[in-house]
Amino acid sequence: MRINKLYLSLLVLALLAPLVLYPVFLMKVLCYGLFACAFNLVLGYGGLLSLGHAAFLGTGAYTTGYLATRVGLTPELAILAGTAAAAALGALFGKLSVKRGGIYFGMITLALAQLVFFFYLQAPFTGGEDGMQGIPRGELFGLLSLEDNLTLYYFVLAVFLLGFWVIHRTVHSPFGQVMKAIRENEARAMSLGYNTDDFKWLLFTLSAAVAGLAGSTKALVFQLASLNDAHWQMSGEVVLMTLLGGVGTILGPLAGAGVIVTIQNQLSGGELGNYIHMIMGAIFVICVLAFRSGIVGEIQKLAGRGFSRQGR
Amino acid sequence: MSADYVLQTSNLVKEFKGFTAVDGVDLNVERGSIHALIGPNGAGKTTIFNLLTKFLIPTRGTIHYNGRDITRVRPAAIARLGVVRSFQISAVFPQLSVLENVRVALQQKEGISFCFWRSERVLERLDARALELLDAVGLAEFARVRTVDLSYGRKRALEIATTLALDPELMLLDEPTQGMGHEDVDRVADLIKKVSRDRTILMVEHNLHVVSKLADRITVLQRGAVLTEGGYDEVSADPRVMEAYLGTSVDDGEPETSLKLEVPA
Repeated sequence: MRINKLYLSLLVLALLAPLVLYPVFLMKVLCYGLFACAFNLVLGYGGLLSLGHAAFLGTGAYTTGYLATRVGLTPELAILAGTAAAAALGALFGKLSVKRGGIYFGMITLALAQLVFFFYLQAPFTGGEDGMQGIPRGELFGLLSLEDNLTLYYFVLAVFLLGFWVIHRTVHSPFGQVMKAIRENEARAMSLGYNTDDFKWLLFTLSAAVAGLAGSTKALVFQLASLNDAHWQMSGEVVLMTLLGGVGTILGPLAGAGVIVTIQNQLSGGELGNYIHMIMGAIFVICVLAFRSGIVGEIQKLAGRGFSRQGR
Repeated sequence: MSADYVLQTSNLVKEFKGFTAVDGVDLNVERGSIHALIGPNGAGKTTIFNLLTKFLIPTRGTIHYNGRDITRVRPAAIARLGVVRSFQISAVFPQLSVLENVRVALQQKEGISFCFWRSERVLERLDARALELLDAVGLAEFARVRTVDLSYGRKRALEIATTLALDPELMLLDEPTQGMGHEDVDRVADLIKKVSRDRTILMVEHNLHVVSKLADRITVLQRGAVLTEGGYDEVSADPRVMEAYLGTSVDDGEPETSLKLEVPA
């Protein structure tokens, strides 16, 4: 199968990449890539534009940071707890928002995420503007030190693959099948006996959980949980990554995250650093105007829907 | 409530801002019959459909299904009780394959629809039944085709197969032959006759030829109210029905407005 070959070669590439590229950069790509994949689950497969996904990234990061620093949990438990916290928050957000469609859904998620942002700004344990610094990477299962970047890279890759697998499975599950039906024609899905709001709620919660997983892992990589993670700009950035890579394609968000993180890294040091937001804005406009299906979407078109049966 | 009626409405009223689309309709649908709702454009047929399937909430009045009050039940719950509708504009899932369209309906009763951790391969056990249903509507050879590529008539046939997948006790068909060519109309009419054997069908239909061929009982609506009811011969002989249909061209403006209101949200 072509799809399996593609995944296999990507995996080999990922395993060899740190020999050529800086592992921290790669880990950043993987974390944001996973975050974008999670976001794409609600936008691409649920047709819901969430403008508050940073809340889940931030919640994952802060929870993991707090538990690893103050409680001394091992990294895998801290990540698990961060994921669970984000999932719980997602379940709550979802209950309040999925009943509303379109712009109302976006506005409610944005408002809720702002609430969460200000909570993290004020809460005593988050370090306010400075963020939570010096989060220990710790020892995996209390055995294997993750201090070394290369070791950590393979751990992060494993986490990414787990998160990616959850998303892939969700899309290709009986549940995913109903979700696609709802996206295509919600009224019809309802008339076939599906309580569509319940399905959207579960999808949203799953997405929040994986976004939390990405945030938790990111906190260990950078040993930092900061307000940036929970900021509305982050919610916007993930929209950009997903659109750039290709909404509703399984690999698109990863590609989009790769491009955005690369641009950010290349520009932040140089003279153009001050113009970074302008450049991102320009990319966004070009992307929406010129190639709507995104990088992976366009490649798929060229390859004649070869990569994935999923299509758009 | 008499057990002979699957569906009964009593004094059903739906008002949209200052406009009464359905005005005190009493409808009694006998078990096992094919019941047709006819009437000129804007008579309130689709609004009644949307009320019966809970896509709209009635302003007043009650709806009973098998003696049970379902006036305030949610749309998805109605379907699980055995009332499944089709739509005026063909309601399929265009990006899914033809087989998947039927399978997603079959899946509903399997209780695995929330299983996001299981592979969609578990659905393959439904393929045989889905193919059977597709075969019944003459679509078996298109099972693997993406639905968006089907012709209009075939999409409507697929919709019926999907509705049948739920094995509904009461099927509500909203203009099943609308927009079809002659051959398709006859084929769908035969199909409806065939599937009506062990269920009740309430249909809105413009094609009087189809109505005369299928319907056991006909309710004629005009301006949101029941004009008359009876068998085809009875109804077609009624001068008021002729007048409603052929019209005296007095109210041509009003039906247009109401038609727009009837488009489901």
